Amino acid sequence: MVSSATVASGIRPQGRMLSYLSRLKTGDEIARLIALTAASAIVAITLLLVWNLWTVSAPTRAKFGWSFLLARIWDTNTDQYGALPYIYGTTLTSLLALVIAIPLGVGAAIFLAELAPPRISDAFTFLIELLAAVPSVVFGLIGIFMLVPILESSVVPPLKKSLSFLPFFTGPFYGVSIFTASIVLSLMIVPFIISVSREVLLAVPRDLREAALAVGATKWESTWQVVVPFARSGIFGSIFLALARALGETMAVTMVIGNTPNIKATLLAPGYSIAAKIANEFGEARGMVLSALVELGLVLFALTIVINGAARLLILMTTAKGTQQ
Amino acid sequence: MNPSELTAPGARGSATGVPAQTAKLRSENLNFYYGSFQALHNIDLSVNEKKVTAFIGPSGCGKSTFLRTLNRMNETVRKTRLEGNILLDGESTLPMEVSQLRRRVGMVFQKSNPFPKSIFDNVAYGLRVNGMTRKARLREAVEKSLRRAALWDEVKDKLQNSAYDLSGGQQQRLCIARALAVDPEVLLLDEPCSALDPIATAKIEELLFHLKEYCTIVIVTHNMQQAARVADYTGFFLLGKLIEFGDTKVIFRNPSKKETEDYITGRFG
Amino acid sequence: MLFLTGVCTLIAVSVLFFILGYLFQKGGRSLSWHFFTNLPAPTGETGGGMANAILGSGQVLALATCIGVPIGFTAGVYLAEYSGAAFASIVRFMTDLLNGVPSIVVGVVTYTLVVLKTGTGPLAGGIALGIMMIPIAVRSTEEFLRAVPNSLREGAMALGASHWKTIVTVVIPAAIRGILSGMMLNLARVAGETAPLLLTAGLSMYWNHGWSQPVATLPVMIYTDAIGPQQDLHQQAWAAGFVLLCLVLLVNVLARTVISRGIHKPR
Repeated sequence: MVSSATVASGIRPQGRMLSYLSRLKTGDEIARLIALTAASAIVAITLLLVWNLWTVSAPTRAKFGWSFLLARIWDTNTDQYGALPYIYGTTLTSLLALVIAIPLGVGAAIFLAELAPPRISDAFTFLIELLAAVPSVVFGLIGIFMLVPILESSVVPPLKKSLSFLPFFTGPFYGVSIFTASIVLSLMIVPFIISVSREVLLAVPRDLREAALAVGATKWESTWQVVVPFARSGIFGSIFLALARALGETMAVTMVIGNTPNIKATLLAPGYSIAAKIANEFGEARGMVLSALVELGLVLFALTIVINGAARLLILMTTAKGTQQ
Repeated sequence: MNPSELTAPGARGSATGVPAQTAKLRSENLNFYYGSFQALHNIDLSVNEKKVTAFIGPSGCGKSTFLRTLNRMNETVRKTRLEGNILLDGESTLPMEVSQLRRRVGMVFQKSNPFPKSIFDNVAYGLRVNGMTRKARLREAVEKSLRRAALWDEVKDKLQNSAYDLSGGQQQRLCIARALAVDPEVLLLDEPCSALDPIATAKIEELLFHLKEYCTIVIVTHNMQQAARVADYTGFFLLGKLIEFGDTKVIFRNPSKKETEDYITGRFG
Repeated sequence: MLFLTGVCTLIAVSVLFFILGYLFQKGGRSLSWHFFTNLPAPTGETGGGMANAILGSGQVLALATCIGVPIGFTAGVYLAEYSGAAFASIVRFMTDLLNGVPSIVVGVVTYTLVVLKTGTGPLAGGIALGIMMIPIAVRSTEEFLRAVPNSLREGAMALGASHWKTIVTVVIPAAIRGILSGMMLNLARVAGETAPLLLTAGLSMYWNHGWSQPVATLPVMIYTDAIGPQQDLHQQAWAAGFVLLCLVLLVNVLARTVISRGIHKPR
């Protein structure tokens, strides 16, 4: 997942003395043009995608401007569109998912990178990577049929009793909720935190660990006080990557979030995410509705771009630090 | 200049190279730049046909760089510039179609680089790339090259095995066989033994004696004794300049330049 | 501390086994031949299957592969073997951008560009998934091509091979295992994608006809069966979920064995 810094590129003949015709004859020029076409196609597709998002959402962007992001009402009959409940649902579930997934993921990454014997580390990492491959809709199945009953019967009642002074666990619980969605999301993003964090931890140069051990630190002290801080930005990068993934996650969230545009303090209430809203209402969308939904998509895209960009920077920073030694 | 003058005892080596009549490869006023750094200064020399010519000199002196201009491998690196001329059989190599040139002037590299293919497919590669497809002809040609590279007996029963199953020395001889398969007129070897043990080195040096029959050999080596053992002619490079060039015996016994003498006697390396 | 981090790891790993176990118990155990050969049964009847959804997914994925792999692979070759620094950075940036597009957004765009003109069906679905396959195809191709040592390229060119011949006969074959494994992982990933298909492939209870008629696909069927009220449809969702999960995991495991078994390493 984390690709190394650019290796020396392949060899390309300069052909300064070769005439263009001769290059054409050997087929080199045609081959180059074919490859160039494919690369340009990607640029074209991406630009087309962004342009399409921008133009189809133009009507609602023109009508609402920035207030689209802050308005709460979404009513197709009166053509009023506000994205706030969905932005709220998306960010809340994603952040909550992180709260659960970060300690779990970073802890597991530390175990796999520093403390586990290599064979166990490789085997478990393989299993974690398989977990990352589980389709979203399968997580949704587990969420609806397995998680919801467990939460309803054994988890939420005690939580409500013990944490009733907090506003987060009040109100009726119907199974589907922000809370449920956050848990499912956390399980989906944990593998990404683990595998990227493990890689950045493994990339920390040997000498650092050995230096710590040489002055008498225990394995744990060396790990927690030297290695992990060194890999800190990379670990943050993995968290951002996981966040970007969580933001865009559609199916599992749709199946357990409740699909109700609430903005409430309690996590036990149902909510709505941007992706879920689009998925549910796209069916017959035309005109202004379509424009509004596409604008929602644009908002989501913008969010993920920013987070992804930050993630890459952070990961790059750690691997660059490592190779500078 | 009379060739016999050069080989007579007591004759001193000269800096202008051997007579142009028997020259297979010639460089004229060659200057070479990596970006703004000049790596080669005014190299004038001739490589004689069906003889072994060696280039010696300390690290970074330009001998490998010069070797690579002979088959225009320098063109695979960006931002390089070549001035002057290189002639193969009197014809300039610079406007030639580069694939054609490289079929006539082959190269063996410092670290053996067999392809991740079978032994047979490695040797046959150059032939296939140049259009030979008939199995019978390929098998003949592969056997001939492997025999010339003194590798046939060791691999004849396992031609379909991966080339990576061979030892380091065998892999290098495989690369030689691969280069020989296309019947090059000149074979360039860039420190071919530097990664090999003495026994493998000896095998390859012996090989070079016999290969002279088929093609002109140019070898770059940082091991002077190797040059003294195998080469008919030797050129000494220092800091991108050709200091001295001539009959090997003369260079080693009676060098005319002080730098050559210093290098040969080990005052610097 | 060792204990705590070990516990974290165990929790993470056990999730996989829980999912597999639960799916097997709820769906795998009741799998029968009917599932793979029958159409979905009309409401109230039992004995339905998802044969049309399996075929439909196959159709959509085939198109997606035909779009995503050639473009992604060739662009990867371009980035590894041909490009100059400036255009390469642009291409890489765009590839990363495309990779970060949430799957639902890809569905949205495909909807406006394709579905509004041709209707839902395997064509639109294949295009949407094909677009999603491109960035990963590019990245894995480029990564494995760059890993091929330059000494091999030099060796081929010194024998008189032209640049493109060197790439096709030496570099790509040397990297092929990694590239293949990357494509398999890519395919497994899009095979499970539901959101774009919701918007582009539509839904159908019958056999597929052509490219612009709504088509049943496995992930979408799982979703619609699961959120409906009928118990026997839930059962179908479980069975289908189990089948989908097994296929995806199988391809993942295969992909990793392809890559670990055969990297020729020169001594």
